[in-house]
Amino acid sequence: MSAARPTGPAAGPLPVGPTQQPDQERDRQQMNVVVVGHVDHGKSTVVGRLLADTGALPQGKLDAVRRECQRTGKPFEYAFLLDALSDEQDQGITIDTARCFFKTAKRDYIIIDAPGHIEFLKNMISGAARAEAAVLVIDAKEGVRENSRRHGYLLAMLNIRQVVVCVNKMDLAGNREADFRDIEEQYRRFLTEIGAVAPRLFIPVSALLGHNLAARGESSLSWYRGPTLLESLDALTKAPHKTDQSMRMPVQAVYKFSSHGDERRIVAGRIESGRVAVGDTVVFSPSNKSTTIKTLEGFNTRPRDQIEAGWSTGFTLAEEIYVTRGEVMSHVQRPPLVSTRFRANLIWLSKKPFEKGRDYKLKIHTTAVAARILKINKVIDASEARSDLARESVKRHEVADLVLETRQPIAFDLSSESEATGRFVMVDGYDVAGGGIIVEAVSDANAEFRDEARLRDFNWVRGGVIVEERAQRFGHRPALLMLVGRAGSGKHRYARALERALFAEGRSAYMLDGTNVLLGVDRDLYWVDATQEELVRRFAEVAHLMLHAGLIVVSTTNAIGLADYGQVQALIPDFTSLVIDVDPEGHSVAPCDLRIRGSEPEAEVIARVRELLLARHITSV
Amino acid sequence: MSHLDHLDQLEQQSVYIFREAFRHFERLCMLWSIGKDSTVLLWLARKAFFGHIPFPLVHIDTSFKIPEMIAYRDRLALEYRLQMVVGENRAVLDSGRTFPGTQHLPEGHPDRVSRVDCCGSLKKDALVGTLNGTLPRQRLDLDTGRYALDPDREPYHGVIVGARADEEGSRSKERYFSPRDRNSEWDVGDQPPEFWNQFKTDFAPGTHVRVHPLLDWTELNIWEYIKREGIPTVSLYYDQGTGKRYRSLGCGPCQLPIDSTARNVDEILVELRSGKLRNIAERSGRLQDGKHGLEELRREGYM
Repeated sequence: MSAARPTGPAAGPLPVGPTQQPDQERDRQQMNVVVVGHVDHGKSTVVGRLLADTGALPQGKLDAVRRECQRTGKPFEYAFLLDALSDEQDQGITIDTARCFFKTAKRDYIIIDAPGHIEFLKNMISGAARAEAAVLVIDAKEGVRENSRRHGYLLAMLNIRQVVVCVNKMDLAGNREADFRDIEEQYRRFLTEIGAVAPRLFIPVSALLGHNLAARGESSLSWYRGPTLLESLDALTKAPHKTDQSMRMPVQAVYKFSSHGDERRIVAGRIESGRVAVGDTVVFSPSNKSTTIKTLEGFNTRPRDQIEAGWSTGFTLAEEIYVTRGEVMSHVQRPPLVSTRFRANLIWLSKKPFEKGRDYKLKIHTTAVAARILKINKVIDASEARSDLARESVKRHEVADLVLETRQPIAFDLSSESEATGRFVMVDGYDVAGGGIIVEAVSDANAEFRDEARLRDFNWVRGGVIVEERAQRFGHRPALLMLVGRAGSGKHRYARALERALFAEGRSAYMLDGTNVLLGVDRDLYWVDATQEELVRRFAEVAHLMLHAGLIVVSTTNAIGLADYGQVQALIPDFTSLVIDVDPEGHSVAPCDLRIRGSEPEAEVIARVRELLLARHITSV
Repeated sequence: MSHLDHLDQLEQQSVYIFREAFRHFERLCMLWSIGKDSTVLLWLARKAFFGHIPFPLVHIDTSFKIPEMIAYRDRLALEYRLQMVVGENRAVLDSGRTFPGTQHLPEGHPDRVSRVDCCGSLKKDALVGTLNGTLPRQRLDLDTGRYALDPDREPYHGVIVGARADEEGSRSKERYFSPRDRNSEWDVGDQPPEFWNQFKTDFAPGTHVRVHPLLDWTELNIWEYIKREGIPTVSLYYDQGTGKRYRSLGCGPCQLPIDSTARNVDEILVELRSGKLRNIAERSGRLQDGKHGLEELRREGYM
């Protein structure tokens, strides 16, 4: 956009603020319900019949489908009302989830018709992942089948707690109560085995004849005295707003539309749980940075001073601290977990298996990070609830209990405690290949140091000048440039050259030589049986103080290597640290930010480090 | 601010989707058809970005749009300071191979262009070419108020569209983020999974992703929101004393108004809630849709 004028929340010639007149129709509740079950058990018929019986179909639609069936010689099916695509009509199966809409006196429904064919499991998941409740359809004649079980398992994994089971085609099975009870008992037993929440209700129905869907069944089903499907849907409850849980807001973006004449720096995201108010002290994880909320921002809304779960909002902060997408905002008393490891339940959907020894992209709340399998505890056949213990990969449509490891530490929660920050997807190539929920925190080697850093940072006594003000003055953000490599690899020479080059271009740079830390801060360790961890800890804490002073710290030491980088990173979560591996032999494979051989001219290394600093937003403030 | 009502919930999810799209697609644009849905979309973008719209809006001009629509487009573009980009299929317009102009010819005449074929070239092909940069784009100069050739011919990789699931069958199958292949085609039988709020944001070179923030909105929700927020709409939606109004807007020659005396947003809400229009599909005034017409167009890249 070229020349633009400021358009703050109250600017512009258009009406400001929502209209306020009371409107009974306005606050109608809306609920998403997914319909699942084995292929051909009659999901689409249930949905089609519900739409027809609640008057949700346009007039003439039913007749048009009947006429089309007569013309093509196919028997009429309610499912045809939903088969939106010519492929689906030709093949007579639902391929992808479709959304349909109908209403009752109580509320509006979005019904998501999910395919039952195993081939389209990813589509079933896409439908179920956005549902608040589920209707699971089981054919009374065929009974509980493979996908009845698999879908039940997945509903539990997706945390859909309100499930109504329709035992369908009762008319074809002779409308016998005993058959119905058998299926109910069998399916309840399966759900108990896998630890899923028990369904609210089993209803005998005939979708084709419309029995017990929108209206009561005929006399042959009169032994059933419970509610119809429609009544049971209306009896479902909306999940309580998550306002009582710990506050979580994954940072989605930090906006500053200066080019549009707007100087506000807004931290934007959705409050996933809890509530937050202007004046609250908040912390961001994993960086441990904290400040207070200054204002709540919005467009065409009434000014407000507190906000709660469900709102996609934005804040300005009392201090303009540097936070980025992927951090999780919380109150200081109840921050999220931070680690590189967690145990999860995962469903794999890609044709290519999920393999050990390979990096994938893990996306959780608003962050994305490289991750791999650390350990597969077991692979479960969700259709049988059988498990397989010794496995090297997870294949398509399998469910696994596994431990994942991320390249960098991430903030997360157990999914049982905070849904939105406790579930993730894995991306392989360009596509989401699997998804899962976090069931247990697993500590990694640096958990202790991360705790130390958190305790330190949450209690940090601030001076009168904050880090970001120094960054403004110095023209760059602080960063640790850690050169590692064996003795004699040339890292000391590069470190000196880097310090000199950065200083020459006006940066506040300082070379921290590990030897100097050993000579002073570590002097006592000479006498005791010092561990490597303690050496690294002290080194990182010294660097941390210098980073607080706003410097670009160029470190070089023989005592601390690439293997110690995780610990250093755990101790300075609030600053950027970059590791440069000087590796003359070319044997090193561990991840680093820059790898050189030690034979490169200094000028070349300096140029590459300059690029790195720019790309990581150190010198592009 | 207490609990979210149903419009708040729809709005907040749309805002979340907007912000994800803006984050992941450096080459992002939004289609603006001037209709009620994409104008609500425009408003939601301002909600998401605190009053700003930080990406271009693309309008495909068939030259047969009702003139008031174009006037409204440019008025709003100047008022909101929008990055307005317009595309068209100039070659076909110049050749006259369009439904308007050949409609008087008898059925089966080789020069007669059907409504669907006309949509195919003036809307679908124009859209695909404008998005991938093979067709020229015109950009509104906000200082002069005139359109000039846009030097930017880079393809867009993320395209925000106002499609709603309740409009029409094939739209009910869209994801919030739906991929389109190198030929802008949609493989509706093999879409990637969409878990929770983790969308498809990785894409192969040459492909693009269509983003649908309004997927869960119904026609009634759109009008409720227009009412609540006071969103300006084009007057063609209202009865001006003729007993007719447009329910869905397209090209003049292929768009019939419906019988309705609703003169303003409130009266449209009354009309929609009364169930009077329940028996008529929203796009039934769109003469090109036909049996599988729209589905085919959509698979090949239509919005």
